[in-house]
Amino acid sequence: MPDSVAAKNRKGRFQPKGRMASPDAIDRIASLLAGQQPLMRDRLIEYLHVIQDEYCHLSAENLSALASLMNLPLAEIWEVASFYDHFDLVKDGETPPPPRTIRVCTSLSCMMAGADSLLSELQSYIQKSCPEDVRVVAAPCLGACDKAPVIADGHQMTPASSLEDVKTLLNTSTQSQLTQTIRFHSYCENGGYELARMLRDTPHDSSHYLDILDKAALRGLGGAGFPTGRKWNIVARQPEPRLMAVNGDEGEPGTFKDRHYLSRDPHRMLEGILIAGHLVGIETCYIYIRDEYPEIIAMLREELDALNASGLADHLKIELRRGAGAYICGEESAMIESIEGKRGLPRHRPPYVAENGLFGRPTLVNNVETLFWIRDILQQGADWFNAQGSAKHPGFRSYSVSGRVAKPGVIKAPAGSTAKDLIDACGGMAEGHQLKAYLPGGASGGILPASKADIPLDFGGALAEEGCFVGSHAVVILSDQDNMWQVAHNLLRFFRHESCGQCTPCRTGTDKAVQEMASPTPNTERLTLLSQIMADASICGLGQAASNPLISVMKHFPEEIGFPAHNEGTHD
Amino acid sequence: MTDTPLITVHIDGKQITAPSDKTIWQVCAENGLDIPHLCYKDDTGYRPDGNCRACMVEIEGERVLAASCQRIITADMRIKTASERAKIARKTVIEMLLADQPPRSQAHDPNSTLWHYADLQGAEANRFSAKDASAPNADDSHPAIAVNMDACIQCNLCVRACREVQVNDVIGLAGRGVDAKIIFDFDDDLGASSCVGCGECVQACPTGALMPKTVLDERQKLAITPDRQVDSVCPYCGVGCQLTFHIKEDEIVSVSGRKGPANQGRLCVKGRYGFDYIHHPDRLTMPLIRREDVPKSADDSFDPANPFTHFREASWEEALDKAAAGFSQIKARDGANALAGFGSAKGTNEEAYLVQKFVRTAFGTNNVDHCTRLCHASSVAALLENIGSGAVTASFSQVEFSDAIIVIGANPTANHPVAASFIKNAAKAGAKLYILDPRGQALDRYAEASLNFRPGSDVALLNAIINVIIAEELYDKDYLERHTEGFEALRRATTSATPEAMSAICGIAPEKIRQVARGFASASAGMIFWGMGVSQHTHGTDNARSLISLALLTGNVGKSGAGLHPLRGQNNVQGASDAGLIPMFLPDYKSVTDPNVRERFAAVWGHQIDSEKGLTVVEITDAAYDGHIKGIYVMGENPAMSDPDQAHAREALCRLDHLVVQDIFLTETAIFADVVLPASAFAEKTGTVTNTDRRVQLGRIATSPPGDARQDWWIIQELANRMGMGWKYSHPKDIFAEMRIVMPSLTGITWQRLEAEGAVTYPCADEKSAGSDIIFGDGFPTPSGKGRMTPASILPPDEVPDDEYPLILSTGRLLEHWHTGSMTRRSSALDQIEPVAEIHMSRDDINLYQLEAGKMIIVETRRGKIEVAVRIDPNLPAGMMFMPFCFSEAPANRLTNPALDPFGKIPELKFSAARILA
Repeated sequence: MPDSVAAKNRKGRFQPKGRMASPDAIDRIASLLAGQQPLMRDRLIEYLHVIQDEYCHLSAENLSALASLMNLPLAEIWEVASFYDHFDLVKDGETPPPPRTIRVCTSLSCMMAGADSLLSELQSYIQKSCPEDVRVVAAPCLGACDKAPVIADGHQMTPASSLEDVKTLLNTSTQSQLTQTIRFHSYCENGGYELARMLRDTPHDSSHYLDILDKAALRGLGGAGFPTGRKWNIVARQPEPRLMAVNGDEGEPGTFKDRHYLSRDPHRMLEGILIAGHLVGIETCYIYIRDEYPEIIAMLREELDALNASGLADHLKIELRRGAGAYICGEESAMIESIEGKRGLPRHRPPYVAENGLFGRPTLVNNVETLFWIRDILQQGADWFNAQGSAKHPGFRSYSVSGRVAKPGVIKAPAGSTAKDLIDACGGMAEGHQLKAYLPGGASGGILPASKADIPLDFGGALAEEGCFVGSHAVVILSDQDNMWQVAHNLLRFFRHESCGQCTPCRTGTDKAVQEMASPTPNTERLTLLSQIMADASICGLGQAASNPLISVMKHFPEEIGFPAHNEGTHD
Repeated sequence: MTDTPLITVHIDGKQITAPSDKTIWQVCAENGLDIPHLCYKDDTGYRPDGNCRACMVEIEGERVLAASCQRIITADMRIKTASERAKIARKTVIEMLLADQPPRSQAHDPNSTLWHYADLQGAEANRFSAKDASAPNADDSHPAIAVNMDACIQCNLCVRACREVQVNDVIGLAGRGVDAKIIFDFDDDLGASSCVGCGECVQACPTGALMPKTVLDERQKLAITPDRQVDSVCPYCGVGCQLTFHIKEDEIVSVSGRKGPANQGRLCVKGRYGFDYIHHPDRLTMPLIRREDVPKSADDSFDPANPFTHFREASWEEALDKAAAGFSQIKARDGANALAGFGSAKGTNEEAYLVQKFVRTAFGTNNVDHCTRLCHASSVAALLENIGSGAVTASFSQVEFSDAIIVIGANPTANHPVAASFIKNAAKAGAKLYILDPRGQALDRYAEASLNFRPGSDVALLNAIINVIIAEELYDKDYLERHTEGFEALRRATTSATPEAMSAICGIAPEKIRQVARGFASASAGMIFWGMGVSQHTHGTDNARSLISLALLTGNVGKSGAGLHPLRGQNNVQGASDAGLIPMFLPDYKSVTDPNVRERFAAVWGHQIDSEKGLTVVEITDAAYDGHIKGIYVMGENPAMSDPDQAHAREALCRLDHLVVQDIFLTETAIFADVVLPASAFAEKTGTVTNTDRRVQLGRIATSPPGDARQDWWIIQELANRMGMGWKYSHPKDIFAEMRIVMPSLTGITWQRLEAEGAVTYPCADEKSAGSDIIFGDGFPTPSGKGRMTPASILPPDEVPDDEYPLILSTGRLLEHWHTGSMTRRSSALDQIEPVAEIHMSRDDINLYQLEAGKMIIVETRRGKIEVAVRIDPNLPAGMMFMPFCFSEAPANRLTNPALDPFGKIPELKFSAARILA
């Protein structure tokens, strides 16, 4: 025996390299997922939700069991789970978070309504009273800017303007009832699904309907504004099987129109899907709804059951998928990645998702609201729709208006409405506030001063000439009581938090910009360079547009560059 | 290959024509423009990801810049690489990354790709302030790889290296945004993760975040810069990876993968980090002669670092004289057949050729063999019998074109890791992978089905698969007619072997058997890989026959993506066999019993050749034990560790009158020697080796042997000449030139060509032709020109478990330890990763015997017992244990069964009945 080899003090391995799932954990997770067999790779995020919902966190032990059951590499599970805000990863030996999470929305409209101080008051209150049971975290936009400030108990949103509101809430449990929802039967009683039924039962010429859509000025209302009819025609020409994804990941700060329509009349969107199934030829449609809308997800499950039972949806499969807290998944290719059960990293273009989308198949991606109007347009005609705007701005739009107006809400108005029109429609400015500026299109659409409040808010046109865009039509009204640098900083912090981290300009650029903006004497040359690189060299729209608010403020409000001495708005 | 249409693009105003599937970066590179790139690696298997944005260019008409590495050109695309906008973007991206790096004065690798492109563009490291988050600490947990994530730029090249190239699936990119970070498994330390140490990530990393530990100092800064590089071949398994040794002052300091035809730049942990054994203090540096006062004893123990307990130093002159004289005396006294020689599959072709020539001419016997006997002798027997050739019919890289792949009785991720990576690539690209093995394994994750059949029931399972293919008429009728014989006999022999009937024997559900049969038979191209789980049985030849029948039946020989591929275990098993290190064959498998053949060789060698087949490895050992063999020459083999029933083997070595061992370490075999001759390690010599694919590759001398150790070919020649041979070789290329005279298989493969090309595959028509990856497209080198399907009958293993010995013991290798461990256990990184002898057991058995992982137990068979620690291994079924045979402190071969396969003479190393004494 070669003693020189054997004699050294040696510690054996005694098991294979890496983690081994414990038999107990495997049994535990297997029974938790018993209803989900066979386990599919693309449903990974759904399973993570099941485990998170059950245990209020994802322990390494349970995830190791999941990896074993799904025959997946450990890293693949961890990298997916760690991408999404709504999963709490707990390593061996770490203390799990408290079972109850209160999320305080700190995005712009809520910040303007005092969310920052609500957050810090709440945190110190919880720290004193029940740190074991509850935790308080800041959260990006909850899609309820008309009710600002809002919090979420778990994921259930509720308005909470003061600490007292939250204290009351802590003694109960939050349940949101969707009281106004038009359910399957009432929808059918009022002409719902007649068009879908007709397309199912009657031989028809799809091109006739596609032509109507093409003539209607309906455009992608998620924010990109791509003409819907053209998109349907493009996808319809792609080889089978064709897939569809509905973007219900409404996360652009200031936007709440999809929540508005879904909670009231979900079957209009579902009928839009059925129609796409008939006209474009869809094998499977995935509806991706952000996790911040749990009551809508629950309701949609019921309504989908009713719809499936009716036989109206026999021509395609519809799967409901739950987001997990990542704004970037509202970007269509990131959403596709997420539906495939991966990290929500936007893809490069080309290829475009219409040709190569979900699972490498041609994919029709539409926003919730876009589909919402399909039935009306096909039944009432392109002219009906177009006539509700002007010749220059045909059709109507749903503006989510929040901020310093008297009555925030979803305003259905002609395309090309101006900020002034919308303020009027919202009952004017909030009491004691003077219009100073506004966001024409959520966090990424830039900021315009009051002097430009009569620019038509539509895709392209005069707004684009200002370096801004209307996007999802989220209009946030700012007043004389708002500090523009603080507003821009809030938005940049949002982008830093939501950057997927894939490309250097966005991952590093948002961080360096936030840091530079917080400096007592921000270097505008450096900020301009960062903005230029982010806009020029980022992979997707998030990074390309992230610097828009910063550029706007430097351009329109140079006197506000830098935080005022008393300001404390730099925390994250 | 289809021809890609050419299109015209404009780069910086210059009109350029290029194939339409090229990226902008590629077209620029081909035209001499080196666009900076960090996350892109211009290498096989690396997909451009376009995330670092260091390679941005402007395209006319596009709103934003484009990543040149990832954007495919289109006709008339107008590309501006030199516009101010593009230049600023590229430089600023690097500056943004540099801001978060350690300063260059403290850089782990100040010569990294990142710093290189920073220099080229005049990037400033402090244009932006560093990020707030504290830099991650060094992860020092892995024996070979230094992890310093403070230098990481999240480019995910390591992720692609680990997941897409080598498919080891350890590295991920976790978190989001500015918190995105590289992780191992669940954000574990690298050393605690499932990392297999292939180092592909290290080779890919552009920043120095991942580096070989050997070149860093304790502050994690680059301390050793090599002064020269030598291109060579990996000394370990039969995959035949080409590599580059990086050398400083005659010491190898690191190894990188080279783009050889087999490995495409990939290496495994052994090839990349298992190089320092050659510098180990245990190396033999002077000839040794046994002390007359130390008798030989089979249970002797020794310290390989101190040979003087058993030996005394001698001059080369004295040692060679004594070694040769001992053989001459025995030959004169007891006849030539009282002598035998063992060559090595770890040596070069030239050495193998010389050893067999030495034994056949100087000794005058055909008693010459090597460890292929213990590896694939049965496979070769079956292949020669049925298709007339013992080599693979297709290179493993053909798997890229397979639709279905069977891996049976092999664990390639441990034993042929780089070949396994290509199998995984194919499976991920959609090929159906079927794993047939009693043990689970890493490839199961990528498999369509994994059939863990009962140990020893291979033929039952394969017959059932053949039964389904015949019963359901899934066979290739046209191919059968044109190229095969024996169908009727095969059909008759397998008629009763229905899945239902065989399921009772092999333990696999009939539906699973049908799934594999249908999946494989319906593939347009299917490949079969096998290893020692097939061959190391008393029915090993029958196992291989069944696989050959399966391939012939489905027409899966001689076309792209199809073939029979026994994975060869050592770097030169194929070449050593080709060179005639086999008792029944002269070089190129020419039978020693054929007088015409003998005549031809005698004419070249100037000596007559014995007309009798010689004895095989285990037969030689038995003959030594029985006193018929009295003198053995061992070159680079370690039968005291590798032979079955070790107590018997060691006793046999003790009983020899004269044992000469030529090796680089004082092995377990050398301790019984009369003369020990210090030889050179692979990196210390020049010569050719032939990989599992039939690729002849050139290994080049990188460092000098230590002390007075000498070149092996020189030592053999000195011995031969002391026995009157009069050899006059002055360089391995002289030997190769002689081999080319007697070996038609080397047609077209000249030394000059190997020096220029590094590798040539045989058969090769002439010096201008590329070699043939795939052979037997139009028939077989058999008398009828057809491949034969020989039925196999179902026989139980030699020693089935019973009440006394209720468990099954199987033996094999670990990823880190190769063969008997003499090299790898002296490689510091490899030995740190797997330092302890452990027996692998299922959780069920551990519970049944009330054991726990780490506990020392005694494992006993009818041959002997060893003390060893328990390892829990979910890949083992209840009732079966697995033990690597590399640990001299707990030698598995003390336990193994020497019962032989009647055709291949290979022992049943994969199956012994055993018991546990707690």
